[in-house]
Amino acid sequence: MSKILEGLYYAESHEFVKIEGEYGYVGITDYAQEQLGNVVYVDMPEVDDEVTAGEEFGAVESVKAASDLYSPISGVIVEVNEALDSDPGAINKDAYANWIIKVKLSDPGEVENLMDAAAYAKCIEH
Amino acid sequence: MEVNKRTCLYDKHVELGALISPFGGFDMPIQYSGIVEEHNAVRSRCGVFDVSHMGEVTIKGTDAEKYVNHIFTNDIANAPIGKIYYGLMLYPTGGAVDDLLVYKRGENDFFLVINAGNIDKDVEWIRQNSEGYDVEIVHESDYYGEIAVQGPESETHIESILGIPCSDLSFYTFKQLEYEGETIIISRTGYTGEDGFEIYASHALTCKFWDKLIETGKVAPCGLGCRDTLRFEVGLPLYGDELSETITPIEACLGIFVKTDKEEFIGKDVVKKQKEEGAPRKLVGIELHDKAIPRHGYEVLSGEDVIGHVTTGYRCISVDKSVALALIDSKYANMGDPVKVKIRKKVFDGTIVARKFYKKSYKK
Repeated sequence: MSKILEGLYYAESHEFVKIEGEYGYVGITDYAQEQLGNVVYVDMPEVDDEVTAGEEFGAVESVKAASDLYSPISGVIVEVNEALDSDPGAINKDAYANWIIKVKLSDPGEVENLMDAAAYAKCIEH
Repeated sequence: MEVNKRTCLYDKHVELGALISPFGGFDMPIQYSGIVEEHNAVRSRCGVFDVSHMGEVTIKGTDAEKYVNHIFTNDIANAPIGKIYYGLMLYPTGGAVDDLLVYKRGENDFFLVINAGNIDKDVEWIRQNSEGYDVEIVHESDYYGEIAVQGPESETHIESILGIPCSDLSFYTFKQLEYEGETIIISRTGYTGEDGFEIYASHALTCKFWDKLIETGKVAPCGLGCRDTLRFEVGLPLYGDELSETITPIEACLGIFVKTDKEEFIGKDVVKKQKEEGAPRKLVGIELHDKAIPRHGYEVLSGEDVIGHVTTGYRCISVDKSVALALIDSKYANMGDPVKVKIRKKVFDGTIVARKFYKKSYKK
């Protein structure tokens, strides 16, 4: 059974965003890491890159395939999780703790377009 | 909607919690515990694969040897009984219909093992070219189940767990034997670069072998995911990636399995010319100087020019490197030369290297 955390916002493309003040931490959900299997590489953008809600910002690669990452929110990247460079498999151990990018939100209201934990639980049932 | 076929072991894969995906017209297990774990089990110990999706065709009759040699690139003339040959069936253009194994079961009695995704096409091809040859063609894919037991401990486990003596078999040989009143085929072959065996039997016996091997806990169930990473690392081709209707075996660097000194076979003219004068494209290995992963279809560049495409690529499991097999313009195919691979929006530097990224350890 995939883990879903209360208090986070979820996208249909299986990314999450955790809001802390004016920042959002973006990563992939536990369900996504389960579907992918062993994560072997994370193609990350750079600090100061802009991201737009619904648009691609990188990719996470399992042994078998590459999956594009879509940002659930818009803003400017202030930090990328460089630890994933040497240990991409950390995403398999704890997908929520191992976020991929930290974004300064340009439109905090955008999270209203995302799902809460209960809605995401229903989404992955189907 | 086309419904995928299932092998006789399908229910067992579901029970084991396998991730199932379509492959070659079948719903097949991709992984159980995980590709990396299964890959390592085969390299260091032993794993079992359901390869019942593979197709089987028997060709026998007065002209069987002559006919197989007519459609097959390797040379089976005067072959000893019990020997297996790898080779290809070609179109007159030199492109591959399929790559396959030919088992010589008796004088004028051959057993062909073909790829799942090509079964219908191959059987049609084998039938349509047989006009004028006195042969009987029997399509047996629905009868046979097949498992591949692969890894350094394979021989021990097949002998002790299944009670099938196999230490007498050398690489690329097989034997038929009676097992619970049924004739089964066991060969020292595989698709992993490790020592191993493949066993062809009825569905009932295939299920029994599978259960026995799994129950001991000594043999790991392995899916097609690691079958692909294992074969890739040792440079074995996969039809659909390194081979296709538009790729010749000379381009795929399989020339040693193409006996152009044979009197004739379909496609000979083209491949003979390519062997003598060189082929327009060549399969090479590429090692990237970065962790990004090259995948099937990605462009290979020299400077700004597109010179070919990646056929298979992985973050190699046994050797921690991003590597690919790629089919490129022959004039760029020089060992040690720099090339680039386009991965999504970025271009990464790499070097042309040998096509084997990991050393095979066959027991010959």
